[in-house]
Amino acid sequence: MAILVDENTRVLVQGITGSFGGRHAQLSLDYGTRIVAGVTPGKGGQVFEHDGHQVPVFDTVEQAARETGATASAIFVPPPFAADAILESADAGMDLIVAITEGIPVRDMMTVKTSLAGADSRLIGPNCPGIVTPGSGPESTGGCRIGIAPGYIHQRGKVGIVSRSGTLTYEAVWQTTQLGFGQSTCVGIGGDPINGTSHLDCLRMFNDDPETEAIVMIGEIGGNAEADAAQWAKDHCSKPIAGFIAGATAPPGRRMGHAGAIVGGANDTAEAKKNILAECGITVAETPAEIGTALARAAGWD
Amino acid sequence: MNIHEYQAKELFDKFAVPSPQGKVAGTPEEAEAAAKAIGSDTLVIKAQVHAGGRGKGTFKNGFQGGVHLIRSAGEAREIASRMLGQTLVTKQTGEDGKLVSKVMVAEAVDISHEYYLAILLDRETSRPVIVASTEGGMDIEEVAAKTPGKIIREFIDPLLGIQPYEIRKITAGLGFGKDEGRQFGKLLANLYRLFIECDCSMVEINPLVTTPDGQVLALDAKFGFDDNALYRHPEIVAYRDTAEEDPREVAASEHDLNYIGLDGNIACLVNGAGLAMATMDIIKFAGGEPANFLDVGGGATKEQVVAAFKIITGDPNVEAILVNIFGGIMDCNVIAEGIVAATREVALELPLVVRLEGNNSAAGKKTLAASGLNLITADDILDAAQKVVGTTRAA
Repeated sequence: MAILVDENTRVLVQGITGSFGGRHAQLSLDYGTRIVAGVTPGKGGQVFEHDGHQVPVFDTVEQAARETGATASAIFVPPPFAADAILESADAGMDLIVAITEGIPVRDMMTVKTSLAGADSRLIGPNCPGIVTPGSGPESTGGCRIGIAPGYIHQRGKVGIVSRSGTLTYEAVWQTTQLGFGQSTCVGIGGDPINGTSHLDCLRMFNDDPETEAIVMIGEIGGNAEADAAQWAKDHCSKPIAGFIAGATAPPGRRMGHAGAIVGGANDTAEAKKNILAECGITVAETPAEIGTALARAAGWD
Repeated sequence: MNIHEYQAKELFDKFAVPSPQGKVAGTPEEAEAAAKAIGSDTLVIKAQVHAGGRGKGTFKNGFQGGVHLIRSAGEAREIASRMLGQTLVTKQTGEDGKLVSKVMVAEAVDISHEYYLAILLDRETSRPVIVASTEGGMDIEEVAAKTPGKIIREFIDPLLGIQPYEIRKITAGLGFGKDEGRQFGKLLANLYRLFIECDCSMVEINPLVTTPDGQVLALDAKFGFDDNALYRHPEIVAYRDTAEEDPREVAASEHDLNYIGLDGNIACLVNGAGLAMATMDIIKFAGGEPANFLDVGGGATKEQVVAAFKIITGDPNVEAILVNIFGGIMDCNVIAEGIVAATREVALELPLVVRLEGNNSAAGKKTLAASGLNLITADDILDAAQKVVGTTRAA
């Protein structure tokens, strides 16, 4: 079942004619993702070709959606224009908007988020690696890959993964693949302080997904998202959860790469978050090397 | 990105947020002229550094105090001459202190009451929040701990902006009288406009003061700017003072490397901010101390890897290096080639542990093996961390 996307999801790529968007559209097509359209203002009428695929390019999301039935959008648009791209997709009625872009001004995201309240579109990101529902083909092809994650590390399976990070997520994915558990869906919610989908949102969805039997939650310093998710999970989540929080050695007040990774006070340090997770019944991995084994322990699969 | 007090005043002046008269000076003569121009009997002269605790600080030349009350233009010149070009050490600068290149000469004001006023981004609600208190001039965290009821918070709808009724609420909450209340209201509206238009992540006025002659003034200000928005604020970028920053970090930013210098002995180079933080964490777990945070990002070139190695090896505290790469989009062989080139170019003598996993890692490991370089490979992150810490123990 998975959550949010599967092998049937029709995807359009905003920014497909750019080098970053184009490269990942190719990789997603290789993975088996149904990319049915691209959108770049001014380049409507072009065709994005890759390995036998012919993806039509449109000027607007509205045209693309109407002509191709796309319901999910991947946004590979530079920061000055990305907020507008998100709003355009929401206006066109996309069910899912995955904003990969890193560097969108916080002010822009504040207004986007306020605008999206009450809309039917779910936003993931920005500044995120995207979302993957692995397929059952070789190297997990035949699934849906929106974003920049390497497809081959995944395996169709039973663990739901939600994370703020990119490469740290891939570590967790790789570990759960090597242990044979596989993943139902992996959601990268991104490293910005204001984002569309939270850990808690994903825990809820994983909790309701029959294919997901256990959950991995990866967080980092800054903000209360992990604590909020853990508190909810304590009372409402019926599935075992393993967690890891990065940034125990981060100095206070410094932005550690991700715009949202900055300690605001005593409650959003790595230490504080790990304690809250543990108090809420989440098995906390002490090191990033042990995320897979922590999950096995949490689920009783060891 | 931090800015100096005199630059903060420039922003305040631009947005009509009242503050005491003040002028910046780079020479004793300019300080004297500034004092004359302000024309007040009681002035204050303040060393301009990106750190607090200036009043109680000491200069390395023995001169005490980075903030002085003065009574004449001549005194301004004299004290400026003892500050300018000297290094000021305060509780916040660390023992190296900071070089003072400018001073600000300002009107000294009498204070009736000190308030606290700040505008921040609230992550929980994704809204700007105005934080205000009658307990200014002290650590707001202490106020929050001891008398939380004295802190007013007003969340602003980012689409609507601050509304007149919200200004009235805060004004009433702080207990201002009619005339001061009117001034405060204007100040707050303008401060909010500044916060939004300059893409601030934070602006904090502590203290905001009322004076016996009925003025409402911002006496001190701290700014934070959204790094993501700097591309659309060349005027803010122009305020950057690289002399106040860690030179390693300045060098890193010139190569588009995301680098934060720390105090430890084990340097790391990683792709991805989350993985970089986790790598620092596991170094500590294995008994070492991270010397830096360094995220080379998804598209690191050979040149960037070389630049990164140069910055890392320029740090005298570094005893060993750990490279941890999970190649997703990044090709492990590209990183391997970068490592080989960098190691040769800096004539690396420090122990180097490399862990490559993911995309094209087999080719990357081959490249490293064939290089003939004296480096240690590791399979997983824990193994890598233990090995790199081990090299510092063996030495």
